[in-house]
Amino acid sequence: MTPNNIFKIENLEKKYGERKVVDIKNIYVNNGDFFVIVGPSGAGKSTFLRLLKYLEEPTNGDIYFEGKKLSNPLDVNIQRNISMVFQRPEFLKRSVFENVEFPLWIRGKKDNEKVEKVLGQVDIGNLIREKTSSLSGGELQRLALARAMVVDPKVLLLDEPTANLDPYNVELIEKIVLNLNKAGKTIVMVTHNVFQAKRLASSAGLLLNGKLVEVGSADTFFNTPKDARVKDFLEGRMVY
Amino acid sequence: MVNNELLEIIFLTLRVSGSALAIACVLGIPFGLILGSEEFRGKKIIQLLISTGMGLPPVVVGLVVYLLLSNQGPLGTINWLFSPSGMILSQSILAFPLAAGFTSSAIAAVSPKLIIQIRSMGTTSWQEKITIFSQARNGIIAAVLAAFGRIISEVGAVMLVGGNIEGHTRVLSTAIVLETRQGKFAFALSLGFVLLGIALLANSLTYYFGGQWEK
Repeated sequence: MTPNNIFKIENLEKKYGERKVVDIKNIYVNNGDFFVIVGPSGAGKSTFLRLLKYLEEPTNGDIYFEGKKLSNPLDVNIQRNISMVFQRPEFLKRSVFENVEFPLWIRGKKDNEKVEKVLGQVDIGNLIREKTSSLSGGELQRLALARAMVVDPKVLLLDEPTANLDPYNVELIEKIVLNLNKAGKTIVMVTHNVFQAKRLASSAGLLLNGKLVEVGSADTFFNTPKDARVKDFLEGRMVY
Repeated sequence: MVNNELLEIIFLTLRVSGSALAIACVLGIPFGLILGSEEFRGKKIIQLLISTGMGLPPVVVGLVVYLLLSNQGPLGTINWLFSPSGMILSQSILAFPLAAGFTSSAIAAVSPKLIIQIRSMGTTSWQEKITIFSQARNGIIAAVLAAFGRIISEVGAVMLVGGNIEGHTRVLSTAIVLETRQGKFAFALSLGFVLLGIALLANSLTYYFGGQWEK
């Protein structure tokens, strides 16, 4: 492992009963990467992200974060350095402000200015006192992003962060995460949207039936893939 | 019945009911929190017992507490029979399953997805519990109100354990029974209105403070 690796994954397996949903041999995620995993629904993408966050324990294999092997229960300090945006984010029955303040509260670092700044960055600063129940789907997804960003994590895990959103929200969220990546954040995102992956990724991989069939730099992966299944998937042909 | 006596009855009713409610909630709400959020061996059996306890017949509880506190009973030496303390004990037993059961249901109703997302932010075990508790606050308010409703309207157990002794263990509900038996319906009815007024006030305060908490 080189010092530049933030995640190192070794022989990672996750089984539900006899069904193997994730089976990844050895990959690294480098510091500052925008690593995107594409794949069809049911390929194991969300499970892979939950494993990285240790919300689920691997059946076999190891995950290292900054050289430290993850184990159950996950060290709170590691947990706090990895923020996750879920595909269907859930919120506390509180205001927009309080939802973004919550991750700061658990760290004992309440900071009103920071909350206001982050809400402004995701363009919902005007909704700061609203209840989350009054927000639209796009606003909720941006709120989820704000909640993840406010603690300034080392890594952001994004699980289909723009699924079912309109083009305005998609563009806005993509712009925000790209800026975060440019500012040095490592981002691991899973999506079934090849076009989005192409717009954002610095490195990418295709997950099919729990297996990573090819991983590489964005340029190689999208322009000169070696595996025929990657080529088929990128060109919109059914490969599953 | 003179005004002083009425005030004494109201005061004793508030003291007995308030104390019983406090005991039932202090024990029942944390119990319900654990029951609703933790997995452990025997949980289903405890849930079954709590559910059964929510429908405990007051006279049966009164009888058991009476036997426990009677001179020949295992707790006879503490001299709580025909005393407000005995009444508080029996009402606490009646209200505990309601406080615990409704709290447990409210906690269990908090979305498991939300709990995972809260946990994913790096909460400690205590922070997670406090947050789940705050998310279930409406259900917990309902638990407190249900326990209060059970206590304030209860006659059987307090009659048996307290004995409805004038100036000592007579509370509003037992006084209503007595006045009705003596044919003083108008007075019994007015006592009923006082009881209703207390219930209305308690509910209003609970809703008010519950609402404040939500802001």
